[in-house]
Amino acid sequence: MRIVTKFWIALGALVALSPLGLILPDRFKAGSAWGEWGVDEMEKLVGYAPQELKRLSAIWSAPMPDYALKGGAEKGLAHLSLAYALSAIIGAALIVLIVWLLGKFLVNKSE
Amino acid sequence: MHIPDGYLGPTTSGFFYLLMLPLWAAASRIVKKTLQAKQVPLLAIGAAFSFVIMMFNIPIPCGSTGHAVGGALVSILLGPWAAMIAITVALVVQALLFGDGGVTAVGANCFNMAVVIPFVSYYTYRLIGAHAAKDSGRRVVAAFAAGYLGINAAALLAGVEFGLQPLLHHTAQGQALYCPYGLKVAVTAMAGEHLLVFGWVEAVVTALVIKYLQKQAPELISLEVQR
Repeated sequence: MRIVTKFWIALGALVALSPLGLILPDRFKAGSAWGEWGVDEMEKLVGYAPQELKRLSAIWSAPMPDYALKGGAEKGLAHLSLAYALSAIIGAALIVLIVWLLGKFLVNKSE
Repeated sequence: MHIPDGYLGPTTSGFFYLLMLPLWAAASRIVKKTLQAKQVPLLAIGAAFSFVIMMFNIPIPCGSTGHAVGGALVSILLGPWAAMIAITVALVVQALLFGDGGVTAVGANCFNMAVVIPFVSYYTYRLIGAHAAKDSGRRVVAAFAAGYLGINAAALLAGVEFGLQPLLHHTAQGQALYCPYGLKVAVTAMAGEHLLVFGWVEAVVTALVIKYLQKQAPELISLEVQR
């Protein structure tokens, strides 16, 4: 088997296993990474919400925030895990497509 | 290590956007010269690999999480400039689609993870692995060190970026406007958790894949072909 084929399989396996990155922190009750808290969490941590942080935190509304479907947070861990895997599929596919096009563009220009 | 919107003031986020513009231009110029058509699939896989590996959040004591970046591996296989492009695409998709890392912080996040990690890792690998046979254990050690040092350099820098904010921007009453934690806390937290946990994860992942490739595809890990 060609090595690139093996890489594709490995990538597929990582995508399939990606919900572990959600389930493990949940099991150990771990929250956000350091410095990646939401405004509410920040308020709890330091006693106030820094003014500009609060304003800028809402500057961009991502279509799948935190690798979840909007409003899916209440539907439990199984639902969140599926959304997480779906995010991995969509994100990986999109990135492959963009880099592939970018790569083709860059390579063609050199010839 | 994905700095969200609102944590960095305009000075810092603007500075890193300005810093990234020539770096992105240089990367596309250099990659244009060096990238071979057969490397394009590898570059696409490398970018997607980095994206997916960052989804594997690892819980640590004190209720926090973190993850590997995979930047060391991509830079060893494709060179630091190609890795810069691959990881930049991953970071932009993370910011726009998933809100992971702020859109205003794309410059800073790209400098930390798409520039510092690939360059520190790549040159560490070269330094330690120079003139080593493709199947030598020294290459694996070099990959391990590359993984560990790259992500730690980036984490340290992210800590400094966070920690500068209360110095740069605060109200007359002394309340922070952006990230409220100063250098001591931010650097200790960011550097500490990567030195203790996430650096080792990046190191082990990098070393294992290089060890596997020594047998399966030794042509991919020859430093001489790529730059």
